[in-house]
This record gives sequence, structure tokens and C-alpha cells, in this order.
Amino acid sequence: MTPSDRPLSPHLQVYKPQLTTMLSILHRACGVALALGSLMVVWWLVAAACGPEAFGTAQQFAASPLGTFMIFGWSVALFYHLCNGVRHLIWDTGHLLKIENAYRAGYAVLCATVLLTAAVWGCALKFSPDAALSAPIVSDTLANTTPKTEGWQ
Amino acid sequence: MMDTKEKQGSMRSPLARARGLGAAGHGSGHWMAQRFTAIANIPLTLWLVYSIITLKGASHEVFVAWLGQPVNAVLMILFLLSVFYHAALGLQVVIEDYVHCSCAKITALIGIKFALLALAMASILSILKVAL
Ligand code: HEM
Ligand code: HEM
Repeated sequence: MTPSDRPLSPHLQVYKPQLTTMLSILHRACGVALALGSLMVVWWLVAAACGPEAFGTAQQFAASPLGTFMIFGWSVALFYHLCNGVRHLIWDTGHLLKIENAYRAGYAVLCATVLLTAAVWGCALKFSPDAALSAPIVSDTLANTTPKTEGWQ
Repeated sequence: MMDTKEKQGSMRSPLARARGLGAAGHGSGHWMAQRFTAIANIPLTLWLVYSIITLKGASHEVFVAWLGQPVNAVLMILFLLSVFYHAALGLQVVIEDYVHCSCAKITALIGIKFALLALAMASILSILKVAL
């Protein structure tokens, strides 16, 4: 760009951090983080197509502390970006544009992000993988354990 | 003929069309596509979160059976199309805002679109391979 003599707007640093500006940059940061996190969904699907071994490695990583931490980060980014995205879409209809309403909606987005994250991880941690097993595999397991039980009796 | 079709299919007002494409030269298409995909992303991402929870620790066999159900295969493909299109539009704006050297900017803009398209294609092909 060619430099010009026109006056510049005050530089970003002269502004005190405000809720609205912080939420705005957070929306962008989370959008970029989500795009990176989507690579994991790709990897998961490609591993499934590659076969049981590759898929097993993927599942193992997801269950590891690092994997769980990454998935947790992705979920927080998703819930924030989703809730704040709804705030954006409401703005696009011309509502909540007065300063005090933009602030109220901002606090609501933060609360909703925390609540959604807590609810989903509450469910995720309580969820037992066994419940996801389809019927034939459950009966396989039963078939394997039944003779053992009989032997003990 | 083309003109009539475009008029019927377009959501832009006649005045917006008559005035041309605006300062940026490409009209409001990018903005609208970002909103449409954002709306589609809401149910699709929530469905994916639910699915990931139910597939926690699933074996390959269970996962293949799950993805083999047409509902899941179709929703997964829709998720990929909507999210990757949305991400391409979004990352384009981020690059336009922060990369000022025009050579690096064009390289990044083209690179991000190629990369996202390739990733989406690899994922969709994987889904079809598993599901069909
Ligand atoms: C809610 C958010 C996220 C979800 C749902 C998610 C999901 C997954 C899934 C499904 C896998 C494959 C493992 C499996 O299920 O067996 C995986 C692996 C992985 N994820 Fe994520 N992910 C998320 C966020 C992230 C983020 C933000 C990053 C880093 C930027 C990340 C990095 C990784 C890596 C490096 C792997 C393993 C790749 C490998 O070992 O080859 N994930 N993730
Ligand atoms: C994994 C899924 C998603 C990814 C990868 C993603 C990515 C992005 C990116 C990179 C941007 C550009 C950010 C910027 O220019 O500041 C963006 C913007 C946006 N996203 Fe998403 N997003 C996702 C899900 C969603 C969802 C579920 C919504 C729901 C409403 C949403 C709503 C929006 C909106 C409204 C914008 C435009 C914001 C603006 O004009 O500044 N996104 N997204």
C-alpha cells in the first residue's frame, strides 16, 4: 500500500479492553481454532476408511490425556463461536444493536458457553462406551462370558 | 432467459443489482454464504458433538456400522460441506485482513481453498468407502 497523508484512526492500543471488542476477537480466534480442529474429524474419517488398525490408533489418541484436552478445547471454541455466531445473526436482523443490549447479549453468550460445555462434558464423562455397542456385539460378549460363569457354578 | 432466471433466484434487491457490485467489486454473495452456512452449522455441529459422545471408545466395527447408516453418512457429508465452505469463507476474510503483501496474500488465499477442498474430498471419499 502507498503511504498517504490522510489522518489515521487512533491505533488499537489506545483503547481500553472492552467486553465487546474482546468477544469479537475471540469469535475470530475460535473460528480459526475450529478450522484447525476440523482436521481431526478428517483424520478420524480417513482412519476409519484405512482400517481397524489406523482407527484404533485414532481412538487411542482421542482417549489419551492430550487427546482429551484437545477435544475439550475444540468443544469450548465451538460452543463460544456457536453462541456468539447466533448473536451475530441476531445483529444481522437489526436487533440487539444498542450498546447496552450488545453487552447483555455478550454476557449471555459467555454464560451459555460455560453451561453448554459443562452439560456436554457431564454427559460425555458419564457416558459408557458399552452402551454404544450394537446388539450383535453385546450378544457376542454374553456368549463369551456365559460358559465361564457356568464353569464356576 | 439467463437474466430472468437470475432475477427469480437472487435474494438481492433490484436496486442493489442496478447499482452494481459495491466497493469490493463482488457484491454481497460472500456475506450471504457465510450466514447461510452459519445457520446450517448450528444443527450439524450439535449433531456431531452428540455423535462423538455416543461413539466414545467405539471399535472400528461399531464405527463402520454407525457410518453405514444412511442418516449418519448423509449428515456427516453435509457437516463437511457446510463447515468447510464456511471455514473457507471465514479464513479468506482473516487472510485478507492480516496479510498485506499481495503475493503472499494470493498464495495464502489459493492455498487455503485448495487445502480445504482436498480435505473435504478425502473425508467424503472415506465416508463413501466405509458406508457403501
Ligand atoms: C471438540 C473438539 C474436537 C473434537 C470433537 C475432536 C475430535 C477428534 C477425534 C474424533 C479424533 C480422532 C480420535 C478418535 O476419536 O479416535 C481426534 C484426534 C486428534 N485431535 Fe481432535 N478434536 C477436537 C479438537 C482438537 C483440537 C482443537 C486439536 C488441535 C488443534 C486437535 C488435535 C487432535 C490430534 C492431533 C489428534 C490425533 C491425531 C493423530 O494422532 O493422528 N483436536 N480428535
Ligand atoms: C466447526 C465449525 C466452524 C468453523 C470452522 C467456523 C469458522 C469460522 C471462521 C474462520 C470465521 C471467520 C472469522 C472472522 O472473520 O472473524 C467464522 C465466522 C462466522 N461464523 Fe463460524 N465456524 C464454525 C461454526 C459456526 C457456527 C456453528 C455458527 C453458528 C451461528 C457460526 C457463525 C459464524 C458467523 C455468524 C460468522 C461471521 C462473523 C463476522 O461476520 O464477523 N460459525 N467462522
